[in-house]
Amino acid sequence: MEHYLSIFIKTIFIENMALSFFLGMCTFLAVSKKVSTAIGLGVAVVVVLGLAVPVNQIIYQAILAPGALDGLMGITDPAKSIDLSFLSFITFIGVIAALVQILEMVLDKYFPALYQALGIFLPLITVNCAIFGAVSFMVAKNLTLGESFVYGLGSGVGWMLAIVLLAGLREKMKYSDVPDGLKGLGITFITAGLMAFGFLSFGGISL
Amino acid sequence: MASEAKKVLTAPIVDNNPIALQVLGICSALAVTSSMANAMVMTIAVVMVTAFSNLFISIIRNQIPSSVRIIVQMAIIASLVIVVDQVLKAFSYQLSKELSVYIGLIITNCIVMGRAEAFAMKEKPGVSFLDGIGNGLGYGFILITVAFFRELLGFGTFFGIEVLPLVQNGGWYQGNGLLVLPFSSFFIIGLVIWAIRQAKPDQVEKD
Repeated sequence: MEHYLSIFIKTIFIENMALSFFLGMCTFLAVSKKVSTAIGLGVAVVVVLGLAVPVNQIIYQAILAPGALDGLMGITDPAKSIDLSFLSFITFIGVIAALVQILEMVLDKYFPALYQALGIFLPLITVNCAIFGAVSFMVAKNLTLGESFVYGLGSGVGWMLAIVLLAGLREKMKYSDVPDGLKGLGITFITAGLMAFGFLSFGGISL
Repeated sequence: MASEAKKVLTAPIVDNNPIALQVLGICSALAVTSSMANAMVMTIAVVMVTAFSNLFISIIRNQIPSSVRIIVQMAIIASLVIVVDQVLKAFSYQLSKELSVYIGLIITNCIVMGRAEAFAMKEKPGVSFLDGIGNGLGYGFILITVAFFRELLGFGTFFGIEVLPLVQNGGWYQGNGLLVLPFSSFFIIGLVIWAIRQAKPDQVEKD
């Protein structure tokens, strides 16, 4: 239990998807004008990450990992071992796209209010690199099924925290006098940089 | 025709830069810019993928049903990225280790997807191919600018060749520790955007 808790805390603060790995930056900068939309998108990312990482973990370990299919195909000779890991990118992106599509249909049928609130954000999540990045890190870190679920959830919460904080800052920034050329995207970049600077201080925590 | 082709090719570099104006493809711009070599490899990879995905999508644009176009685009892009990844692993294993998940993340790099959706679905293959190269170069322009400052001021080198001799090697230059850290690219990109908008006031955002 403690192990899972430490993964969770670590993915939220120390290995924050947005501010330490700079993943999901396009939506992070483009959809952070208002706190309410930022929360909506954040919730959607948490849900998709919590599902996509463990589902891809199962598929990777069962089919794509080097030697995973050997038992099934009755291969004992290591030289003939099947390694499908070069297919992992296309599989992952397919699984993520399919999951988002399914989630969209389920929400539309059973939770129309939430579906309306999330609107265009759901399909956008397919190309949010935070999802794909978390899945790739899951493979690189060789996580188990339980760990990958916690990892996905924690990454999502961390990303949501970052975008909601940035949206809050940007709402306040309307009242400040920013030089013309820096208005909008320019100052957002610098703000996000300062936030990343702040999150760097969590790096000192050892779990 | 010639002037139109030139415009398609050069406009994305400063006038309509994917990173500075379209807010596309920022994730990798931040994480892979610690050295010129990494930035160059990433630029070449993105130019290749954007150009060819635009070409192929444009060739079959009239055959793709619009309801499944995202999946079709994804499949094409993912296949191209797999090719790039395998080539890099075969010829430059060290670099591919350094770029780790960021090569895979070209799949979710919104430049590729965004240009496929916004340009290649409407235009002829030849022009789309040039648009892909142009946008890839626009992305590379920012990437290389950021990498130039980070490597020169952070490590005192240029493409690994010593330009400013560091104090610890008996020279006179004290490396800037801030620029070694990935988030410093936030500041540099913010300042680059400021510079571009100062030169081209029509890009300034109204609030």
